[in-house]
Amino acid sequence: MAKTAVQPINESRPGKVVSVTLTTILLAALALLLWWMQSAISDVYILKITRLCAINITLALAMNLINGFTGIFSLGHAGFMAVGAYTTALLTIPAKSKEMMFMIAPLIKPLDTLTLPFPVALAAGGLLSALFAYLIGMPCLRLRGDYLAIATLGFSEIIRVLIMNAQRLTNGAMGLRSIPANATMAWTYGVALITIAFMALLTSSSYGRALKAIREDEIAAESMGVSLFSHKMMSFMISAFFAGVGGGLLAAYNGTIGQDMFRVSMTYNILMIVVMGGMGSISGSVISAFVVTIGQEWLRFLDGPLTIGSIHTDGVVGLRMVVFAALLLIIIVFFRNGLFGTNEATWSGLWRSIGRMSGHKKRGEAA
Amino acid sequence: MLEVNNVTMQFGGLIAVNDLTMFVDYQEIVALIGPNGAGKTTAFNMITGVYRPTSGHIALNKENITGTRPDRIAQRGMARTFQNIRLFKALSVLDNVVIAQHLRLKSNWLTSTLRLPRYNAENRLMYERAEELLTYMGLWDVRGEVSSSLPYGAQRKLEIARALATQPVMLLLDEPAAGMNPAESQELTGLIQGVRDHFKLTILLIEHHMDVVMDISDRIYVLDYGNLIAVGTPAEIQANDAVIQAYLGVEENEA
Repeated sequence: MAKTAVQPINESRPGKVVSVTLTTILLAALALLLWWMQSAISDVYILKITRLCAINITLALAMNLINGFTGIFSLGHAGFMAVGAYTTALLTIPAKSKEMMFMIAPLIKPLDTLTLPFPVALAAGGLLSALFAYLIGMPCLRLRGDYLAIATLGFSEIIRVLIMNAQRLTNGAMGLRSIPANATMAWTYGVALITIAFMALLTSSSYGRALKAIREDEIAAESMGVSLFSHKMMSFMISAFFAGVGGGLLAAYNGTIGQDMFRVSMTYNILMIVVMGGMGSISGSVISAFVVTIGQEWLRFLDGPLTIGSIHTDGVVGLRMVVFAALLLIIIVFFRNGLFGTNEATWSGLWRSIGRMSGHKKRGEAA
Repeated sequence: MLEVNNVTMQFGGLIAVNDLTMFVDYQEIVALIGPNGAGKTTAFNMITGVYRPTSGHIALNKENITGTRPDRIAQRGMARTFQNIRLFKALSVLDNVVIAQHLRLKSNWLTSTLRLPRYNAENRLMYERAEELLTYMGLWDVRGEVSSSLPYGAQRKLEIARALATQPVMLLLDEPAAGMNPAESQELTGLIQGVRDHFKLTILLIEHHMDVVMDISDRIYVLDYGNLIAVGTPAEIQANDAVIQAYLGVEENEA
């Protein structure tokens, strides 16, 4: 097993100041870059993908909390995203559009005319999703390992089927259209930043430590007075909250949603980001969200007409996913810990690896 | 301090512990011994809430804890170590001890995440206590190491430190000297007595090393095939025929 970097207990003052400064500079630079991109790049496609990266950060971090930090293999992500997406959509679509859209049966009473500001709708989506997590967690979190994965996956599908059939609430199989395009650069990255900060603070708090203890050894954690069920439930609900918020952003990003979007493959997409970045690593998930989102778009050429040497195809739809599935398999087989394992990217860590690469082996290395 | 009354544990047709009655007084060190498979660890698991006894009652500090969940029992002041070490392997030595104090945290998850002043104060205290405990155990210098990378003896000590971090009134040690050489178990004997006096603890331990048991125990309970066959001071147990038979077997010509 790889030796994890030793975390200093009280990071020395100057060291801490330097990292805080560097982080602030990085964030400011990122904000400037995004702001510049919005005015300088006219290619809507690139801007869209940039925003999708941010949404995927939120979704991946939500999943990482339960799967990576708590060590519970939950596959219910798509279901929670669907709850968030439909809630946000229904609360922001203008009344006129709703009336036109619900052709088979009208939308139930208060919702048909109700429209709320986007942030309120997002939060409502997250909270409703957390409520669903509570109900699903009641039976599921008493299970372990594979059984829990299958049960959560089942509930996620149940949510999808309910959405398909609740005609008067969700417009059934026809889905929802005309969702106001609120998923701007500011909102997507703003929410991603809040999620990063929240997760970083939560996982480094005493509760985060308790979750890691559960991941390491449930029996020992319980004997040390950590209530397994309530801590798992907390983790599950917070995860679902952010999955719901991410789903809401996705709805606003897409403009249209349907139950079809929230199949199991959606869960796997996010799972791939989490596994690739490292289960239990926040910075890993963030970097991996960019890599996977951009990679998935870049690989789109595989779906189109291809000429490899003398072989020519007219385009195989889905080849991209085949390649991605193969990549996921390679990661799981050969790089099980992903990019970072359970570690975080830190400035001092970056400094050390730069030092190693340039061949400077100075003091401290030998020890 | 601890009272176990007529406790029986049955797994299907197998009676692992049969009608066990025992008590441990305040600040006493009591050993539970017996040949392999005698039901010692089963008794431990019932006392700490891992198993719910088939019948009988267990009380800690006069409060009934029969069938209570392990985390609740830990909160009431019972801490334990494990026969096959169960540290939080991938986490640092320091984290192991800090985590064990989580059960005494009063802040909720939200105020902890938001780092409100009360949480910060509590958190600082956790680290201070961890420093105290690790220093006491002689593990402060390796606080940053991954716990599974420690040598075996140090892992055993860390398990005791982690148990102490829960601020227990009673400590249960499951074979603390397992795998130790005579010198190490000698040191452990001193450590356990020191811990008892320093933290005002009551200790119940399972142990196979007879020198350790005879050295530190005030009283000894002997189990064999789930039945209690003897109780007494070390001297009494050493002279007890039933115990000698259980351990060495009966020699017919001498019996």
